[in-house]
Amino acid sequence: MLDKIGVGSVDELYSDVPEEVLFRGEYDLPEGMSETELREYFTNLGKKNEQLTVFAGHGAYDHYSPSVIPHLLERSEFYTAYTPYQPEISQGTLQYIFEYQSMISELTGMESSNASMYDGATAAAESMFMMVASARKKNRVLVSSTLLESVRKVIATYMKFHGVELTELPEKEGETDFTAMAEELAKGDVAGVMVPSVNRYGIIENLEGVAEKVHGAKASLAIYCDPSALAVLKTPGEWGADIACGDGQTLGMPLQFGGPYLGFIACRKDMLRKMPGRVVGATTDRNGKRCYVLTLQAREQHIRRQKATSNICSNQSLMALYATIYVALMGPQGLRDVNRLSCDGAHYLYDRLIESGKFSKVYDKPFLKEFVVKTDLDTAAMAARLRRNGMMGGVEIAPGVLEFAVTEKRTKEQIDRLITVMLEEEK
Amino acid sequence: MSTVKEDVRYAESHEWVKVEGDIAVIGISDYAQHALGDIVYVDMPEEGDEIEAGDVFGAVESVKAASDLICPVSGEVVAVNEDLEDSPELINKDAFETWIIKVRMSDASQVDALLDAAAYAKLCEDE
Amino acid sequence: MKEYDKLIFEISKPGRKGYQLPADKYGVDGMSAIPAGLMRGEAPELPEVSELDVVRHYTNLSNKNFGVDTGFYPLGSCTMKYNPKINEELASLPAFAGLHPLQDVKSVQGALQLYYELQQALSSLAGLKEFTLNPYAGAHGELTGLMVMRQYHKLRGDDKRTKVIVPDTAHGTNPASAMVAGLEVVEVKSRPNGSIDIEDLKPLLDDTVAGIMMTNPNTLGMFETEIMEIASLVHEAGGLLYYDGANLNPMLGKVRPGDMGFDIMHINLHKTFSTPHGGGGPGSGPVGVSERLVDLLPTPRVVKLDDGSFDVVYNGDESLGSVSTFFGNFGVMMKAYAYILSLGRDNIKNVGPMATLNANYIKESLRDLYKLPVEGPCKHEFVFDGLADKSTGVTTLNVAKRLLDFGFHAPTIYFPLLFHESLMIEPTETESLETLDEFIDVMRKVAIEARENPELVKEAPVTTAISHPDETGAAKNPILSYKAMKA
Repeated sequence: MLDKIGVGSVDELYSDVPEEVLFRGEYDLPEGMSETELREYFTNLGKKNEQLTVFAGHGAYDHYSPSVIPHLLERSEFYTAYTPYQPEISQGTLQYIFEYQSMISELTGMESSNASMYDGATAAAESMFMMVASARKKNRVLVSSTLLESVRKVIATYMKFHGVELTELPEKEGETDFTAMAEELAKGDVAGVMVPSVNRYGIIENLEGVAEKVHGAKASLAIYCDPSALAVLKTPGEWGADIACGDGQTLGMPLQFGGPYLGFIACRKDMLRKMPGRVVGATTDRNGKRCYVLTLQAREQHIRRQKATSNICSNQSLMALYATIYVALMGPQGLRDVNRLSCDGAHYLYDRLIESGKFSKVYDKPFLKEFVVKTDLDTAAMAARLRRNGMMGGVEIAPGVLEFAVTEKRTKEQIDRLITVMLEEEK
Repeated sequence: MSTVKEDVRYAESHEWVKVEGDIAVIGISDYAQHALGDIVYVDMPEEGDEIEAGDVFGAVESVKAASDLICPVSGEVVAVNEDLEDSPELINKDAFETWIIKVRMSDASQVDALLDAAAYAKLCEDE
Repeated sequence: MKEYDKLIFEISKPGRKGYQLPADKYGVDGMSAIPAGLMRGEAPELPEVSELDVVRHYTNLSNKNFGVDTGFYPLGSCTMKYNPKINEELASLPAFAGLHPLQDVKSVQGALQLYYELQQALSSLAGLKEFTLNPYAGAHGELTGLMVMRQYHKLRGDDKRTKVIVPDTAHGTNPASAMVAGLEVVEVKSRPNGSIDIEDLKPLLDDTVAGIMMTNPNTLGMFETEIMEIASLVHEAGGLLYYDGANLNPMLGKVRPGDMGFDIMHINLHKTFSTPHGGGGPGSGPVGVSERLVDLLPTPRVVKLDDGSFDVVYNGDESLGSVSTFFGNFGVMMKAYAYILSLGRDNIKNVGPMATLNANYIKESLRDLYKLPVEGPCKHEFVFDGLADKSTGVTTLNVAKRLLDFGFHAPTIYFPLLFHESLMIEPTETESLETLDEFIDVMRKVAIEARENPELVKEAPVTTAISHPDETGAAKNPILSYKAMKA
């Protein structure tokens, strides 16, 4: 090979690198490990982790993961493929993304979905940009303080650097303060408003009349939502939203210590060209065969560069495939059952906690699978006790205020055990 | 070779301007439509919009590219070619007959600063 | 194999189920407590299929795809190296897969240790003090890195630095990321060989420049030999240097970006560190910084305490904020770390040289039939400006499509924009000599076909399941869902 190239050594191929920059040291890495050594290393690391029975959510939910999915995801034609820029040899990827888009559209009630985003928070930030791009010379957006704080933090970071003015709407009795929203809208400089479908306390917000008020002020409405819950809850489409966004981790994805998850954005058809990220469209080939292609690429970074709708290049393709297979397996009835079970389990836990007299109600609002309660018990000791017993209890979102989530994976026995351990006297 | 029409003026960004009284009729040149390929979408402003020379007033999108449309004159948008909503390919068919917007000029002398056909033809050759 | 052309919605039959959930034994009707006005009106129109239906459907779909495991994938700037399977096994270990990101830190010390060690390993390979693993992808890493750059100037009390310099050969995500980060893009011209023109750079460097965003080797695969001068000029002007790590592969074992003067960089774990591309994600785009920028990194951050245990920091006074909900794509990081450990300190030094050797070999073997616009040794990738003989009107697009007929994935086409008929080839170090020779033979064959039988090449691909999809129609009338398709 060196002969073909016409050099004496591979080092010669780096002869144009300045001497002072060539690395002649040693990397601070261990010696290379064989597979057996790697397995041992990771197993030992794994022993320092505790797999707990999870009763918390707050952005990551322990829903049932069907056994079929990893087998299909492990097909190397799916996971070792690149972005489907050559449609002739990527119809597999393109078609599942088309199916994914269709499913997100159905769940959210919005006409047009993209091929996915990194996570819910970044999808929310990008939705804000969409609303500003769609408004005429308006550069302010409103976000409800009842969105998860981790999502709001990312939105705030993005808005700060991109130069969009962000105003947080206060909360009132655990929901968005819509009177405050009306006051802000009246100032006439708001491009868009984002509110949650289910908020950071697990409360299902009543968004009646919100779209009308927002549209009346010539602004757009984005609703941050949980696609799994949308199988039973009123959809952003039904509420009159312009954009729906959120995280699809609830569609059976393992917790995986925080990622990879799945961001999604779906919008009304006439906002489609402002949508960031990839989009797959159906078309026909020269022989009239139905096929799928990446479309509207002219808006994307590789063509439009600094005038692109966003900088996003990859999506979360394999996680979109995960969600697609999950929704296909579960179907409308399965998703309804997942929500029914989670809801029943959550209400069971809630009722028993209140009955115990040691936990009290914070809000009197409807919830699906997540809720908050407050307590005077020593929460730190309680959490430690739970951990010793292999459980993760509610997240302490404020001193003495705990947020619990229950999914279809939590049995009645597990819930009973949770309560028993929480109420145990500290030894 | 793309055609360069004689009786209109050109911006360096490939828009053409035909003056009809105090109205500037604006479109894109044959050179531009050829470079873009099949046009699939035209993003246009609304009637009544105020616009300044040099402002981006919309965009033309094809499969492989999207180009901003830059207004060569200042004024008020008085008409927008609605045919382009359903048939953006009209621009490919005849770029000079297909106007995109009409602007009532606030300063007609701005047209004098634009390129004439010869100067524009030379610009295209050099690109 | 018969052709499969159904959508999952089309094999749906009412009442079919693909799942089994436990019975409801809670004895509570939770949904009755939810007012009807908050409930969905009509059920979603989703497929009702059996488990076998699902398995057959997606298995058949996978047969319409081409992955690295199928064949050679010489996509320039993508680094399609082999994805080791041990990585997949380790990333799905239950001891990691079932961890909630908000679990007590004491209960996730293994995960935090892995995270921390990966940060350290990347620091060592990059020559930069500290890394954040939060960004989810390369473009996301670029955005984060540019936010670091802006935060740096902001903390210095300098509001004037609103511009970033980007070479005209840069990958599209660079100027797009700059735009999202609120920076104005100023292009610096390249010389005919693709290197940054220092004489064009000098007048651009004033006190309104936040920094420069570039890569080395550049997008033509050529090493920017004047990097030290560029670094010194930019630093003197008060700016920072950002390194786009997409081209890091040839540097492993040879050069560390930190040593070249870069202050900030991002790495694409799904390129350089072998994690699978997944058909377009999930990736991971860690960002590394020099010492003076460490406190600006986004949160959450994983740190090591004096007692050797690991902790998570959620806030920092000088931190730019957050770019992720939790820690980033942890599952992807596990794969990258396994890859680094499997190579180890000695073997990882071979990655760069082998990648470079393979690229140069292909270049020299094809330069008689394809136009090589830039002379000199390349690094991990190089660019041809289409066929040497263009007299029959065969374009780079035609060549790319014809390669599909021979079972190869096409190289990257029409990037960088410096040449009209760009064909960018990056073989990576994991391909054998036999594979490279096979590719060279096919490329030669296509070039000769282009001369002697151009119509065949222009018609390509002819052996794939679909050919010449109507992309214009797809852009003019976007049909993005099954519902839209039926309408």
